[in-house]
Amino acid sequence: MVDTKVDLCGITIDNPVIPASGTFGYGYEFAELYDINCLGTFSFKGTTLEPRFGNETPRIAECPAGMLNSVGLQNPGVDDVIREELPTLERVFHKPVMANVSGFSTDEYAEVIRRLDRSRMADMIGWYEVNISCPNVHGGGMSFGTDPKMAASVVKAVRWTTDKPIIIKLSPNVTDITEIAIACETEGADAVSLINTLMGMRFDLRTRKPILANVTGGLSGPAVFPVALRMVYQTAKAVRIPVIGMGGVSSAEDVLEMMMAGAAAVEVGAANLVDPYASQKIVRDLPETMKKFGIEAFPVV
Amino acid sequence: MKQGIYTIRENRQLTPTTWRMKLEGDVSGIRAPGQFINIKLDGHFLRRPISICDADRDGITIIYKVLGHGTEEMTHLAEGKNLDVLTGLGNGYDLDDAGERPLLIGGGVGIPPLYLAARCMKSRPTVILGFNNSDEIYYVDEFEKLGARVVVATADGSCGVRGFVTDAFRELSEAGETFTHFYTCGPEPMLRAVYDRVYIKGGISGQMSFEERMGCGFGACMGCSMKTANGNKRVCKDGPVFRTEELLW
Repeated sequence: MVDTKVDLCGITIDNPVIPASGTFGYGYEFAELYDINCLGTFSFKGTTLEPRFGNETPRIAECPAGMLNSVGLQNPGVDDVIREELPTLERVFHKPVMANVSGFSTDEYAEVIRRLDRSRMADMIGWYEVNISCPNVHGGGMSFGTDPKMAASVVKAVRWTTDKPIIIKLSPNVTDITEIAIACETEGADAVSLINTLMGMRFDLRTRKPILANVTGGLSGPAVFPVALRMVYQTAKAVRIPVIGMGGVSSAEDVLEMMMAGAAAVEVGAANLVDPYASQKIVRDLPETMKKFGIEAFPVV
Repeated sequence: MKQGIYTIRENRQLTPTTWRMKLEGDVSGIRAPGQFINIKLDGHFLRRPISICDADRDGITIIYKVLGHGTEEMTHLAEGKNLDVLTGLGNGYDLDDAGERPLLIGGGVGIPPLYLAARCMKSRPTVILGFNNSDEIYYVDEFEKLGARVVVATADGSCGVRGFVTDAFRELSEAGETFTHFYTCGPEPMLRAVYDRVYIKGGISGQMSFEERMGCGFGACMGCSMKTANGNKRVCKDGPVFRTEELLW
């Protein structure tokens, strides 16, 4: 028997498979398809202080082996998440959930976490994943994640708002991702997760204009997997805190590659959008795949 | 929503740009006309969302227009090939509102979902079908076989009423015809014209099916959102059919 359990910042999860924020809503819609308690956990839709519609449409464009999105953090706002989304999730998910939060100022990040942490739904939350890497919003998001000082300022602002682990979600749209990761670690982040999407664009040959109304968007899917893997590998060598690997993961084999690169756990993103059962299949295939490659437990040594 | 493997039983060209495909497989996920399916094609990352033209015990009929690489490749798929398909997506049309004299308005590739709507209706519908020219006309006979009254409009005047579907509607109105409710699907400029002419000026409420670039097609990615009077909605999951009263036009 192989053991798929991993430790994530002091919380043991049954397996390292975590649907990524923005590809799994607030979970309950996938619970209509399968028992989502098979997952290690999942990271819920990026939540901001105020409700957001996001960018104008079109905000999806297909690419070879992947897709661009420029959703721009559409979400109902933290108060509605506490009032509506989390109580709905509570009925179908009985494990600690990863709360993904976003903001347009360091104060906003802190306030979103404070509200979640002091709400009656706080017990559901295992970790906060702080998104400083959204490429689709202006004046926030990625602008915090592309400069070590700015990244550090976010960690500083949120560090003492909660006793729960803080995971900082990093952008690949930088020269040296390890520099940002080290700045987060130094300021007291409990973990980092990477990579968010890579900035890209596409043109519509008929209209001669960019397909996305926002002009640019974030690339995800199998196309980014090797890039993500390389960045996870570099970051895991550069910091002592856990690194959650993500970017184009679509199979149990991809999960194992990420773990071999030094990931403590693995998020699955775009794959959920093509096959709504993708994460369940990865969880199901993982033990057999571990056995096939002679892996009895994590970490892979 | 249901995921399943479907076998192509027919893949036939109807007009220079429009094809019909019949897929054999489980139809238990389909609950209403106006819903769509999402097809996985080899070599393409995202699925292709296509509205359901008809569904019966044997399977699903879709009609698709060749617009890009994906739909072009679909024309080469042979009978007997299996496809991974998500079915029963979206909320579809509510036929309870049809009343005694329902009006169906379809433009181009927006026509197919109206076929199943017409077939499921208790009252005899009037169907306005809009095309660019007579070469593009399809499914007039099929609608007539259902007992529907069909009025064709072509933009170049090569068949039926010269002009758009709204011109055909104007002619019917001027002849004293009245309608209880309307159902429509087509390109957004047509939807806007129908909204303006039939709902605002004509005072008839209706249900309109929208098209948008989708990521997942089942409500997870927030790619295809639109603002409505009832808040932000996902075209794929909360739509693709919206009521005229919900729209912020």
